[in-house]
Amino acid sequence: MSGKTISEKILARQSGNSNLSPGDIVWAQPNVAMMDDPLGPKMIEHELRRLGNQIKFPERIVVISDHCAPPSTILQADLLTLTRNWAKEYQITRFHEYEGICHQVMVEKGYVRPGELTVGTDSHTVMGGALGSFSTGIGSTEMLGVLITGEMWFKVPETIQIKFDGTLPDGVMAKDLILRVLGDFGNGGLTYRAIEFSGSTIDEMEVDQRLCLSNMTVEGGAKAGLIQPDLKTFDYIKTKMEPGNFESLEPAYPDVDANYCESKRYQTEEIRPLIALPHNPENVAPIEEVEKVELDQAYIGSCAGGRLSDLVAAALILKGRKVSSSIRMIVCPASRTVYQQALKQRILDILYESGAIITAAGCGACGGGHSGVLGANERCISSTNRNFKGRMGDPSSMVYLASPLSVAASAVTGKITDPRIFLD
Amino acid sequence: METVIRGRVWKFGDNIDTGQMAIGQYTRQGVEVYAAHCLENLRPEFPGSVKPGDIIVAGKNFGSGSSRETAVLALKHLRVGAVVAEFFSRLFFRNAVNLGLPVLECTETHRIEEADQIELSPIQGKINDLTANITINTQVLPEHIMKIISAGGLVPYLENTYIRQNESTY
Ligand code: SF4
Repeated sequence: MSGKTISEKILARQSGNSNLSPGDIVWAQPNVAMMDDPLGPKMIEHELRRLGNQIKFPERIVVISDHCAPPSTILQADLLTLTRNWAKEYQITRFHEYEGICHQVMVEKGYVRPGELTVGTDSHTVMGGALGSFSTGIGSTEMLGVLITGEMWFKVPETIQIKFDGTLPDGVMAKDLILRVLGDFGNGGLTYRAIEFSGSTIDEMEVDQRLCLSNMTVEGGAKAGLIQPDLKTFDYIKTKMEPGNFESLEPAYPDVDANYCESKRYQTEEIRPLIALPHNPENVAPIEEVEKVELDQAYIGSCAGGRLSDLVAAALILKGRKVSSSIRMIVCPASRTVYQQALKQRILDILYESGAIITAAGCGACGGGHSGVLGANERCISSTNRNFKGRMGDPSSMVYLASPLSVAASAVTGKITDPRIFLD
Repeated sequence: METVIRGRVWKFGDNIDTGQMAIGQYTRQGVEVYAAHCLENLRPEFPGSVKPGDIIVAGKNFGSGSSRETAVLALKHLRVGAVVAEFFSRLFFRNAVNLGLPVLECTETHRIEEADQIELSPIQGKINDLTANITINTQVLPEHIMKIISAGGLVPYLENTYIRQNESTY
């Protein structure tokens, strides 16, 4: 019998099996099931009532309103009300709104835990993989099943091992690493697979940045993007969990002889700042190839690129510099906690001084919701994760995805710019 | 519970994408309309001649492309009995089970010919090709997955299990 990957071990534990292989279909119990505002209570409330109105494990449910908070239309406001009332009616104690992006709140509150199975009604639920949880997005109907039965079926995925060894060069962030992976495995090359990231670069990387790697694996179609937990992981979650819970963790680690369907190794020193061109995150090019493209907006935010380390990176470039008058720069912290940390560390001061606009924490304009939506033919460079046609606004607008360093550098010049020219 | 699915084979190649089963320009016009054009770009006679219970046998990556549920609904509307493929795209497989369309992975679909009569035993993991007189091994579908499929999908399954259960306790 060959060794097991993290995914195989977690799915085995949660389904009561001792030994699983890719392709096996099992019933497993998620430890946590998260619903957001657009695809959560609103989508299932009616059917749930019809099917007996009982939630099997209310204590495992989390409800977070983020996409529409704060609302910019009456429709959004009504959706928040519905979600809030639903959480109250079903006595969901882990309910949050106006606190930030659901995936960020999930890791900040200690709901995502190493070795556990996490599901959520949003595709970027994969972000939790950075803490060593098998964490994946599910549809609303499947969430209905989880609410009623406490379990759902999974097909055990094959795992691709991706190693980054070496030191991050100047001007390169986690975002550039994942863009490189998406470019190389383009056209759904990660589809249905679980990814395990490892190597000395990942070992050295702060959790804050690791989350970006896992987050964007879904852009290649991956089911999970895992990083095996280590001391950095435990330091990160320890302060966030309720007393007593930390001690009961059962992290899962890959066996040394784990069976990977594919292995890929990168020498990190060779990675350069990259950019994903409209309208696909897999449409990746070195940033210098598109330098000088004129921009209307620079955006820092989202569950991929709105954390403290992202704001710090932007501030590194913007300190003592000004945002070009031909462009607007919007910074949307991923959560209220991120907002407060950046405030205390005077990062927001630097961003403000440079001319950036700082908005309320949440999904913001990432999905075209509010606070920075693009008009016809506008071009935006963004630290978010998706640049599909019309994603951030008008279908004729163009979104370029890049690291917060590259976004900030481009904000200074008003054109797509390699951040290395500002880093000496 | 053992389920055996019998039917006549329609063969298709690799990478049949969901846009072929539910063609974009028709999907807004309701299932009657888009089902009537199902797979017509690949085999024009298919939507008109497929009989209830017929089985689609295809190559690799069946149901690739967008995750549209309409692809499964089109096949169900035509009362396709099952789809056998070397492997399915992840979301097509999930949608098929959760909407009650039998799907089965089999690495040797090339041994099955057009118009063969075949018998699938998903729980046993076998296909009997009655025309060629051969037996082929397939993926084994766990019994509870077959229960979802036989119920007609996840929601009817939950209905059977939970509404009935609740009724019997009161
Ligand atoms: S920040 Fe963007 S990608 Fe993340 S959950 Fe919100 S809308 Fe989705």
